[in-house]
Parts: sequence; C-alpha cells; structure tokens
Amino acid sequence: MALRASELEVGAVFEEPVVEDLTRTQIVQYAGASGDYNPLHSDEVFATNVAGYPSVFAHGMLTMAMTGRMLTDFVGDGRLLGFGGRFTSQVWPGDTLVASATVAAIREERGRHEAGQHVAELTVRTVNQDGAEVFSGTATARLDP
Amino acid sequence: MAAERFPIEAGHVMMFARSVGDPNPVYYDEDRARSAEVGRIIAPPTFVQASAQFDPDYPLRPKIGQPWFGSGKEASGTAGSGGEQRDSASAPPGGGAGRGLHAEQHFEYHRPLGVGDVLSATTRPGATWEKEGRRAGKLMFAETITEYRNQEGDLVVTARSVGVRTERAAG
Repeated sequence: MALRASELEVGAVFEEPVVEDLTRTQIVQYAGASGDYNPLHSDEVFATNVAGYPSVFAHGMLTMAMTGRMLTDFVGDGRLLGFGGRFTSQVWPGDTLVASATVAAIREERGRHEAGQHVAELTVRTVNQDGAEVFSGTATARLDP
Repeated sequence: MAAERFPIEAGHVMMFARSVGDPNPVYYDEDRARSAEVGRIIAPPTFVQASAQFDPDYPLRPKIGQPWFGSGKEASGTAGSGGEQRDSASAPPGGGAGRGLHAEQHFEYHRPLGVGDVLSATTRPGATWEKEGRRAGKLMFAETITEYRNQEGDLVVTARSVGVRTERAAG
C-alpha cells in the first residue's frame, strides 16, 4: 500500500516498535546475513575482555535496518528514494526500540513528465526504552498523487 | 565494500529480512511479491550492506586458514599482534574500544533492486574532516562512497558511509 500525497499532512507521525528485548541471537542472525562478523557484536568474551565493553552490542546497520522496516511499513515497498542518518548511541542486548517517521515536507517534483512526482521528506528517529536516541536521520519517498 | 559480483539471491534476502525482524512477505513470498506493485521479491532498504559477503577482502569476516581476532582458547586469537585494531571506514564498525566506529550511513535509491539482479560495487574515498571530541581527543571522520550497478550497468544504489576514529580510546 503506497501513501497518497492528498491524504498526507506535514507533521504526520508514523511510529512502530521494531524490536522488543533485543537478543544476542538476533545480533548473530544479522552478522550471518550481513557478513559483518566483527566479534564486538557476537563474541561476548572478546567484547568484554579485549575491547572493554560491558557486553556485545548491535551493529549500527542492524538498528538502521530495523528503522528501515518502519519506513517501508509506512511508505510502502520500493518507494524509498533516499534513507540515511547517524548512529547516535549504541544498542545493547535487552534494548527495546521504537522507530518513527515525521513528515517534514511534501512536494511535487516536475520533471519531463507532465504530472509531477509527489515526494515526501521524512525525519526519522529511533529511540530505546529509556527514550535515548540511537538513530537519527532522514528519508525521501515517492507518493501517489 | 567492493565486489565484482554481488548476486541478489532469494535465500539471502529472506535470511536478511528475518535477521532484522521484518516479516514483510515481499522479501520471501514470490506469489505475493508478483501480485504487488514491485512485481518480484525485492531487497530491503539496507540490503546492499550485505555485499560484504562478496567482497574478497572484507576484513570483518574470518578467512579460511588465517588467524581471527575473536576469541577461541584465548579472548583474542590475535592478541598482541594488533589484529584487533584492524578496521576501515568501509568496514564499519571496526575493532576495539576507541578505534573505528560506524558514524553515519546514507543510501540513495536510483532503481528498484530485486532477486535476480546481479550488482557490482565500486568504492572510492570521499571527504575527510576532524572534530575536537569531548572525551577522546580529536575525532577523525572519513567518508567512503560505494556505487552499486546492475547487470545492465545502471546505477541502482549509491551508499555513503562515514567512519570515525578517535585519537585515543574514549573513557
């Protein structure tokens, strides 16, 4: 289901829980699928004894991917034109994350086509159970008229 | 991540979607995907990051027959050799505390990406800049830009990764 520009307002917010009580096993799943086997994310002995962290922690890209799920659930499949942001805090096993998108602007891009392409600019934010921001970014998505 | 050949495969897309907790059938159910607007199984928005699997030099994957810096009998398989410090902006997040970390990631989507596409990825360095950190001394930022092209040579995704290194370990 794609979003319609005519039904969307600036300031509208879409929010979705993307993980509850993040497990070490899910972090390992992501390591296996993404190919990033950095032991900081999957090897508690290395992460604590060698690197000095309190435990393993999630790949930033896992947080971003979970945030991307919220985005595609909001704007529809294959609708993103851009998605980016900063990793602002680490994500730990046991964390519960909520991702949200706020409509910052809706515009019509006039190109070669007579009818312009409607586009939404979104502000993206993911926070943990303490309200601390773990990802902060923006996204752009194609809309139906 | 540079890769000569990064085939977008159904099993890989399914595993990736599972690992990020996304139950959307457009990532694994061919019939559902075919009847949707996208018309085929597509890749999730951050999927090109998995091109690491197809980068022969990717430093954060154990290489057969070579020592690995994660734990085995010892807490680090390469303790003392500096192996745990190995990282690069293109392979974030990097090694131990105070070393390289993944600071930012940005994707531009030029064309749909789906199962059956075969991408190639080329990387180039982008901007570098420095900032004075509060705890860890100077922070050194470096961009890596990766262009993913499909089998027709068309640009599909442009990725911009920012890695940050600290002058000394953060407290």
